[in-house]
Amino acid sequence: MTTYLSIRNLSVSLVSGQRVLRSVSMELSRGAVRGLVGESGAGKSMIGKAILGILPRSLIIDEGEIYLEGVDLLSLTSNDLRKKIGTSAALIPQDPLTALNPSHRIGRQIINRLIDILGWEKPDAIRRAYELLDEVQIPDAKRVMRSFPYELSGGMRQRILIASAFAAEPKLIIADEPTTALDVTVQKQILKLIKEMQTRHGTALLFITHDLGVVSKICQSLSVLYSGKVVEDTSVKKFFTKPKHSYSRALLAASPKYTDPKSNLIPVPEKVLSFVENQISLSDEVWMNDR
Amino acid sequence: MVDRQINIKREFGLRMWLAGSWLACLFAVTLFAPLISPHDPLAQDLFSSRLPPFWMNGAEPGYYLGSDSLGRDVLSRIFYGGRVALSVALLAGTATCLVGTTLGVISGYLGGWVDLFISRLVDIWMAFPPVLFAILLIAVIGTGLTSIIIAIVVIDWTRFCRVIRAETKGQNAMDYVASARVAGRSRLGIMLVEILPNVLPTIVVLLSLEMGIAVIVEAILSFVNLSISTDYPTWGGMISEGRTSIHQAWWVIVFPLVTLFLTVLSFSQLGEGLKDRFDPVLR
Amino acid sequence: MTVNIFQIRDLFVDLPDLTNKPLIGKIPNLSILKDISFNIVRGDILGIVGGSGSGKSTLGRAIVRLLEPNGGEIYFEGLNITHLSEVELRPLRKKFQMVFQDPMSSLNPRHRIKSIIGGPLKLHGFQDVDRLVTEALDHVGLPNYFKSRYPHELSGGQRQRVGIARAIALKPDFILADEIVSGLDVSSQALVLSLLQSLVKELGLTLVFISHDLSVVRRLCNKIIVLQNGHIVEQATAKKLFESPKSDYTKELLSAIPLPDLDQIWN
Repeated sequence: MTTYLSIRNLSVSLVSGQRVLRSVSMELSRGAVRGLVGESGAGKSMIGKAILGILPRSLIIDEGEIYLEGVDLLSLTSNDLRKKIGTSAALIPQDPLTALNPSHRIGRQIINRLIDILGWEKPDAIRRAYELLDEVQIPDAKRVMRSFPYELSGGMRQRILIASAFAAEPKLIIADEPTTALDVTVQKQILKLIKEMQTRHGTALLFITHDLGVVSKICQSLSVLYSGKVVEDTSVKKFFTKPKHSYSRALLAASPKYTDPKSNLIPVPEKVLSFVENQISLSDEVWMNDR
Repeated sequence: MVDRQINIKREFGLRMWLAGSWLACLFAVTLFAPLISPHDPLAQDLFSSRLPPFWMNGAEPGYYLGSDSLGRDVLSRIFYGGRVALSVALLAGTATCLVGTTLGVISGYLGGWVDLFISRLVDIWMAFPPVLFAILLIAVIGTGLTSIIIAIVVIDWTRFCRVIRAETKGQNAMDYVASARVAGRSRLGIMLVEILPNVLPTIVVLLSLEMGIAVIVEAILSFVNLSISTDYPTWGGMISEGRTSIHQAWWVIVFPLVTLFLTVLSFSQLGEGLKDRFDPVLR
Repeated sequence: MTVNIFQIRDLFVDLPDLTNKPLIGKIPNLSILKDISFNIVRGDILGIVGGSGSGKSTLGRAIVRLLEPNGGEIYFEGLNITHLSEVELRPLRKKFQMVFQDPMSSLNPRHRIKSIIGGPLKLHGFQDVDRLVTEALDHVGLPNYFKSRYPHELSGGQRQRVGIARAIALKPDFILADEIVSGLDVSSQALVLSLLQSLVKELGLTLVFISHDLSVVRRLCNKIIVLQNGHIVEQATAKKLFESPKSDYTKELLSAIPLPDLDQIWN
């Protein structure tokens, strides 16, 4: 079982000194899907950005290592990092609207990515672009290639971004809340598509989300992030049947199944949250089950 | 990477303090000009003409930055010229800001035919070459401080209007504006209470920029002798007069030029610095 | 007291189609809402659901007269408010309020919390504004010292609660909540939803809750309207809708929701 991604003790903080990520560790193997759940502001997106080398300027990596296929990304020069990430990793971002350049046609964006970043020849790039649109089940590919982003629906745009992400056959894809901006029916289609493509290409997928329902459908393992720290790292099965950390249990309680007539709104009150926070800082409680 | 960011922050603070100090000095100096000028700026003394500044050979005490071809003290004339420059800057700058901002907010918020009308007006207005327009205007209404102020407002209100209109349109889309409507606030109330405070940082920057522009326009006008009617000293006028004696008495043209440059630069830097202070998010 | 706080009859709303702007001439209109009719009973918590493009947000805005319908009528407490002018609406406005979706853009970043909540109060001539602001903050579980804070100093969930405080401060009879938990994470969502539930009871409010998330609607609402492409495709009590949905679209929506349940068959 090859480990594509290995993060060890990654700590990131703001320029002002405030900690954003605290000693985060996780692993991801070929063809595996790991969920990364937690509140907004817990730092989930930061992990994805740290891996891809696109952390905002206001954040610094204090310590830790990120290994992609055995190479420590943090030890590379920015040029080498760009090359490595460009060929081995990709991002499916949250907002399909802002991720696409509004003044370029779709075709141009996909093709240019293949040519400029990956060094393909134009005829190959065009062919591959059509292949990809076909793979993400976009009908009338010719028309779509000629369209501008604003002319397409949110679901279509997300499909295009998925196509772009898989374009260079990356080994690792980071999906940062890719369905948050979408309708529930569109979300279902997109999730299925992502899962199909991930299985077909054998890509390792790090799926960042706050929706436990989504996690139960897509992921095999998950890391629960609270306030910058991984508080539970376990298989999805174990998480839903026997969650260990108090925060995990609180999360599950706050996401009741709507079909359950006895379910109640059980908020995670501030008292519980601060109690949990105390626990985390005092006891280093982390639950690492077999993944 | 961290250090670089902290340095940028420090750099900005420094610039703003430098700009602010220069302007504060200038303001103080021009305010107290009658008390601190070594000479009467209009007093001619042909025996003391073309005296060099104090550190050069042939300088005479009392004429610190030298004298011009008519024996008038350069330093004193710069002080008094500063009065014109700063009055124009403050008055014209503020007036332009008021006219332009009001029209910009109204046209941006109300939309419809009001917006259409004002926008067309701006487009047509901006087609006129500004300085030419100013000169024409002065030729018609006559010279004088009020005329200069009117001229600047007339040529430059569009700068504010365009930018503020665009910002206002952006504000329109905000839910807090919709919320104010649901609460029952009047249109005028929304423009003043909800939109204007958010447009304020832009206004501050534009205003300082405008003051710098006003100083330049006045300098151009006084360069071509269309500024204030008396032979009151103006920086532009000094520059114009100094052209003839640039080889024998370079100081006559250089000092007012440098002062002009520093003043305009300070206005723009001050604006940049103040903008950030006004934004509660960054505070 | 009327039984129906709102009555909507044959409502049509068109909005300019900005994606089809012609080079010269007027922008064509797109029909967003078509022939919408329903009642809102006093004390109900009505959910309006639909995908994007269904017109649910537009319907919400029409109800609180943020826009003027192109056809049909809206009655508030028996009064026809369809084409009233802003001036005529103003005194009524304190009776129906709205909470907005985006906590970032619904609070003016340059106002402190006390003037965000107090502004509308002063506008409608309420006395003792300071005490009323404290009361409103208290109702939503926010501490009094938040008054002097700016929106950017608060979290998304806290900002959303301020939005709610602003709406209830005027002591309205009716509140429209437009996708107010969509941008929040799980615990903030749960908090806001249970807050709404208790406020409705405490203050005797009628609530219309717009959302694309059926599972959220399930927890909160007793009646539901499903919109698709500007039409009402189903209207039922929450219980009936979830147990035996009638329209195909509703069934599609229900089956699309990923439950945090490993046993769910999802294909």
